[in-house]
Amino acid sequence: MAQVNPEIDHLLRRAGFGVSSDDVDIFRDMSPAKAVDYLVDYEGRPDDVDARIGRPDHALVNASEKNLFSPDIDIDDARQRWMFRMIHTRRPLQEKMTLFWHNHFATGFSRLAADSGTLQGAKMLAHKPGVLRGPQGQIELFRQYALGNFRNLLLEVSKDPAMLVWLDGQSNTKAKPQENFGREIMELFTVGVGYYTEPDVYAAARVFTGWNLRASAEYTKDDYGDINAYQEFMYNADEHETSAKTFSFPIYSNGSRTIPERSVSAGVQDGIDLINALATHPETARRLARKFWNFFVSEIQPPDPGFVESTAAVYLQSGTEIRPVVRHILTSPWFTDPSVRYARYAWPVEYVTRAIKEVGWQNFSLDKVRSPLANMGQLLYEPPNVAGWHLGPNWFSTGTMLARMNFSATLASSQKEFLASSLQPEAGTTQTIMAAMLDRITTAPLDQVPQQALMSYLLAGGSWTGNTEQLNTRASGIARLLVGCSEYQLI
Amino acid sequence: MGVSRRIFIRDGVATVTLGLAAPSFLTAIAQAQGLPNRRLVVVYLGGGNDSLNTLIGYRDGAYYSRRPSIAVPAGQVLQVGTDAAGNTMGLHPRLAGLQSIFNEGRLALVQRTGYPNSSRSHFEASDIWGTANPQMSTGSGWLGRYLDTLPRPLDALAAWNTTGETPRALLSGQSGVPAIPNATTYTFGSPNRGAAAQQERNAAQTMATNDASGRPHLAYLNSTSRGAIETLDRVAQASTYTPTVVYPNNGFAQSLRTIAGAIVKGVGSRVYWTQTGGYDTHAGQGGGGAGAYGNLMGTLGDGLFAFYSDIRNQGLAPDTTIIVFSEFSRRISENGSAGTDHGAAGVMMVLGGSVRGGLYGTAPQLSPGHPTLENNSGDVRYETDFRSVYSRVLDQWLGVNSVPILNGDFRAGAPAVF
Repeated sequence: MAQVNPEIDHLLRRAGFGVSSDDVDIFRDMSPAKAVDYLVDYEGRPDDVDARIGRPDHALVNASEKNLFSPDIDIDDARQRWMFRMIHTRRPLQEKMTLFWHNHFATGFSRLAADSGTLQGAKMLAHKPGVLRGPQGQIELFRQYALGNFRNLLLEVSKDPAMLVWLDGQSNTKAKPQENFGREIMELFTVGVGYYTEPDVYAAARVFTGWNLRASAEYTKDDYGDINAYQEFMYNADEHETSAKTFSFPIYSNGSRTIPERSVSAGVQDGIDLINALATHPETARRLARKFWNFFVSEIQPPDPGFVESTAAVYLQSGTEIRPVVRHILTSPWFTDPSVRYARYAWPVEYVTRAIKEVGWQNFSLDKVRSPLANMGQLLYEPPNVAGWHLGPNWFSTGTMLARMNFSATLASSQKEFLASSLQPEAGTTQTIMAAMLDRITTAPLDQVPQQALMSYLLAGGSWTGNTEQLNTRASGIARLLVGCSEYQLI
Repeated sequence: MGVSRRIFIRDGVATVTLGLAAPSFLTAIAQAQGLPNRRLVVVYLGGGNDSLNTLIGYRDGAYYSRRPSIAVPAGQVLQVGTDAAGNTMGLHPRLAGLQSIFNEGRLALVQRTGYPNSSRSHFEASDIWGTANPQMSTGSGWLGRYLDTLPRPLDALAAWNTTGETPRALLSGQSGVPAIPNATTYTFGSPNRGAAAQQERNAAQTMATNDASGRPHLAYLNSTSRGAIETLDRVAQASTYTPTVVYPNNGFAQSLRTIAGAIVKGVGSRVYWTQTGGYDTHAGQGGGGAGAYGNLMGTLGDGLFAFYSDIRNQGLAPDTTIIVFSEFSRRISENGSAGTDHGAAGVMMVLGGSVRGGLYGTAPQLSPGHPTLENNSGDVRYETDFRSVYSRVLDQWLGVNSVPILNGDFRAGAPAVF
């Protein structure tokens, strides 16, 4: 059983990663409004998912190179930990939003590893404080601010070591201001193209001069460096350029476009002033609203102007808080409209997570999803560039579609016996087995042509008896066809 | 950018179709379209290539004064002679393979290519090079519009993209392009063996024939699935290729090896796309011809040289042209991180067995105030419109009329590389 009802299933595909049989037990008797509250107000439930790594009734993780599973300092282990969280979390919306911010503030491991070594590169992205010294990794920041305040998140991201390496803030000095971060904070993180000018880029570069990094005593740029070594944000006052900076848009509520000349000791305020202005800019509100439309509501219909304006208004009125924005979206008529169900193209990690939740994870190691995900175009912690992944129909090409089909084969193959044994009670007739499989593996509506092809496949080995051998072959084959078909790529 | 891209594709989805002919007929279609003859390989250098360190005006004193830590010493450059304005030029020391192709007369270096008011945004600029329209960074791409001129039904492998997603240059409303990064992993998996596995493939293919009327997004996914399944067998042919040279073990060179396999095995694609990244060298570019930028040049030069040598050994160089471009070049002066920020005009390369090699256009003079510069002498001003290079490729190589494809006549003044 992997369906609750159409409203809740839609909500869990968008605000989570689909419906496992465990989820059915949780949501069966909830109204949609209660379910939204359950997802949005997740802080009442423990964040205990990492503690369940290694439990036999959960998906497996493999230590990738060493004997010890080390998700704080090994990027492949960090990838497995995040997949585990997405499958087994009790706070699906928190993981979903973490993924959203990972794409919005897209930062790639390879660049960090080239600069600082693979250990430090992984730690900058994935370190979860508790055992090792040093600031939390970028993903933990996104998890902390999943539904938090966007202005505060933007400020923390601007001081985040991974971002300071990724966009060269670590070398932004008054003699030679570095434009990389100054450009992207406007083009990609906030207002977007069309709402800033080239002189704004130069000014923003100067604003962030001195926003550099400081290394801990044991730090060396070495793959096998001290695991307790780290880099952290430092405002390097000597490298701050103090003269006034004028922008093409208002920085202050009185309409002033100029950040005043400041002493070096007070210069960090320049960046805070610019971040405040950008976070509260009406175009940032609209741009986030459009991104949320595509993320939560639909990629088939363009953003509805009423949705954009109302969502932007909630964002601005709440002082850039994201939690009320997402609650507004999930309870809005645009989200609950039945026509937007299955109107979004699943990202590869969403697709893989949902497939595992629906088909099964018995003895399935999450190490096995890394290379399929790379072939589908979405390796976690490795977005193609700072603009993030190209979403929607851009996920799909013949090569990436084949990668999805082949993952469906890998997963179905690994769950062959589990599928056969758990479907045994429904194996009486072709109708009962097909109904059970369609209940468990949920696709966008199937027309006649695919329905008949599935039924023909069920019968292609001879008349149906439901014996073990037939069930082994055909249940895994149907699972492979369902998870690999076009209708399953939509959520 | 992202939003408008999605809107375009959504609008285009309804009409995206891949060739639906059965696989056995595809080769015949390919031959009828004359596809096995001339082919174009497009190489995109992602991130904005620092052209001033690719093709170096090593006698320009300002080159050294404005790039004190990243300039390539004059003694290291690989000399390629003097351009029409009398500038003596040299290639980056890691481009020895390209120098030898240049010396054979088969490498054209087109200096100062670009367009007015060059975009400094990676995403907008790479889209502009794709649409071939500086005023519009959304919509179909120039190679997509070229594919639209080919007879229908279009061969599903009329073009071959070796990257995971379709670049804007190949986007079109009518012609889908398969993405095949690696021919050897382009296979169809199954949890079963033998007859059951074949039955699964048949069922998957049948499911994807559903025309999904009224659901264009589903129709788009089905056409992608069909394209994947229908091209499996021909791509398997390409994966059996044994090259005549050893390709470097990196993603770029391996993609060129895949392309060579497709060309030699007669798959019939007319356009191939590949790319190599890491060119956004804001920091730590490296000095003395070494370091990060030196490694980029090594990857580029060694990969292209292996590919060109392989194709030439197979006797197919005269039918193969490669073009190399990036979305912009970089600032003239280095920044505080021993790197360079986003700039303007740069160098394009055209190479192949039918190319008329040489130095085209004129190099910039890097002293502040010189008319070859712009943006307060921070950047290089374009001299040759990139669309005139495209027009030459379309008119003289691919044999179609460039004017409707480029929405304008850029033939006058195009570098005569063919």
